[in-house]
Amino acid sequence: MLRVEDLHAWIEGKEIVKGVDLEVNKREIVVVTGPNGSGKSTLARTIMGDPKVEVKEGSIIFKGEDITDLPPEERFERGIFLTFQVPPEFEGVKIGEFLMKVKGREDLETLKELKEIFRRVGLKEEFLFRELHRGLSGGERKRLELAQALFLGKDMIILDEIDSGVDIESVEMMISIIKDLKKRAGILYITHNPLTLKLLEDERIIRMKEGRVVENGR
Amino acid sequence: MRTVGKVERSLVEEISRKKGEPEWMRQLRLQSLELFEKMRDPVWIKGIDEVDLDKLVLYEDVEVRADKWEELPDEIRRFYEELNLPEMEKKFLAGLSTSFDSEIVYSRAKEMLEERGVIMLPMEEAVRRYPEMVRKYFGRVFPPATHKYAALHYALWSGGVFVYVPKNVKIEFPVEAFFLISSEMFAQFEHSLIVVDEGASIHFIEGCSSPQFRKFSFHDGVVEAYVHKNAHLKFTTVQNWSRDIINFNNKRAIVEENGSVEWVEGAFGSKASFVYPSVTLQKNARARVTNFSISHQGEWKESGSKVFHLGEGSRSTVISKTISTGDGVSVYRGLLRINKGAKHAFSAISCDSLLMDEESKTFTYPHNQIEEETARVSYEATTSFLTEEQMFYMNSRGLDEDAAKAMIALGFLSDVVAELPPEYSAVFRKVLEYDFRGSVG
Repeated sequence: MLRVEDLHAWIEGKEIVKGVDLEVNKREIVVVTGPNGSGKSTLARTIMGDPKVEVKEGSIIFKGEDITDLPPEERFERGIFLTFQVPPEFEGVKIGEFLMKVKGREDLETLKELKEIFRRVGLKEEFLFRELHRGLSGGERKRLELAQALFLGKDMIILDEIDSGVDIESVEMMISIIKDLKKRAGILYITHNPLTLKLLEDERIIRMKEGRVVENGR
Repeated sequence: MRTVGKVERSLVEEISRKKGEPEWMRQLRLQSLELFEKMRDPVWIKGIDEVDLDKLVLYEDVEVRADKWEELPDEIRRFYEELNLPEMEKKFLAGLSTSFDSEIVYSRAKEMLEERGVIMLPMEEAVRRYPEMVRKYFGRVFPPATHKYAALHYALWSGGVFVYVPKNVKIEFPVEAFFLISSEMFAQFEHSLIVVDEGASIHFIEGCSSPQFRKFSFHDGVVEAYVHKNAHLKFTTVQNWSRDIINFNNKRAIVEENGSVEWVEGAFGSKASFVYPSVTLQKNARARVTNFSISHQGEWKESGSKVFHLGEGSRSTVISKTISTGDGVSVYRGLLRINKGAKHAFSAISCDSLLMDEESKTFTYPHNQIEEETARVSYEATTSFLTEEQMFYMNSRGLDEDAAKAMIALGFLSDVVAELPPEYSAVFRKVLEYDFRGSVG
């Protein structure tokens, strides 16, 4: 479903991702790990279409279409979703309203569905009326990003260190949800959390170092 | 009736004669004209040099652009339809002549007001029917000599509304001038006068969130409010002008002992806008001024307030929220004066601005004159920027740049928009989305 071919990605004149190939299929979790600065997050953001990143070589193919030059909103439309490692804050933007708008459905049924997802990820209903990521703790932000992954129903979900800075129980809860998500979507999971790596040891693991894939397998 | 011509004595006299005004009003107009001729052009009105006063449509009856809804240009019709406005409202906004009097809902509101003794009339009619009452206040709160364009306003005023709320009468529902007085609220030099007598209260709403397609290019309106002892006035203005208008809005209130006034002001559209609601506070009087505006590409929006604390224990809160996008410029210009003797007066001013991109600008000019030692004043100003990361986040959630900006703008303004009645804020949200898409207006 998602294929990255010989990807070279640059930020501010520096090559961060240096010729990465990878493939993620539906109902598959691919874990990308590696030390800080190995290019994991840049890889994730390049797939989503971060305008700060310049792709100088290579391509990103999604469902058979070359999306390398598409803007992020069109990648989202085609079925790609990225959870942010450090999501930005939005003053006054109410979480519930925002998510319903993004989903394009503002009926009671959708609201009910959203409330159920919040319950699953351990967010109280009152969070629907809180501001988007503003005043939320690190853990709450991660839960909210995961809630979006569940709610928005995209086919390819990229999780950028969704498990960093959260407690053990939360990591276990998240992994169980992500395994469930795997039933309907492809997942590219960026992490260097040892617990996650252990819990996902049966999945395919890609190790990155200095912008390159150095290991690919189980 | 349509009058176009040089701003001179004969024109002013003609307006007065056509309106059948009493002599004192004719004199006020003529004196104001003299002032206008003598006074210097204010240097602070950007774009005023582009206005050729001799070529303006200076006085015009209600305009009718089409006789039937179907005859309107497609774009305008579709726009109003998409906003999902009440049928009547959209027809009126589009410039169709519609009689609101026959609509049951609005005539009921009118009846209710009449039963409680509230006078609410087009200004011209009030001048004829209640000359003494009008004369007592007209031009006293916002004198013609305030500046050159206040003088011009008094020479040429036409339209507007007169409201009188009798002693101890409290009107619980917001009164929408739009439906009750309709076309008079949309004149070029409209003059409104609101008098809230002792112990009375009213929430008056001027304008509406939807864009108006007007013919004139310079708006110079005045609102005067006199709030007597223990009385309360909330005055909400939401106006969405055509993009080519210079909007010059003069609002001033005098608040007597223990009285209170709230100005809520949201001005959109227009290439340049100057809106500084002003309040004079007597003993223990209170004021809350909320201003919000958006400056798009090529636009210059000035907003702020002037608060004069004359009495002890008087309190004021000023909230200003502005957004600039494209190369739009937002300016906060405020004056706070606390006179000696206004013991323990209190004022809190906050102005927040949001810049959507590198080209947009914001300026803040607070001017505080505090002569009373026991007064307490706080002033806060913040400027925030829409970051690349925020835009990427919104884009990655499927919102394109315009939709993302609209979402962020609505969030930024959410606390001030919450002060609008629900139906207004609902329309406002849609209008704002249109605004950022730049399709109409």
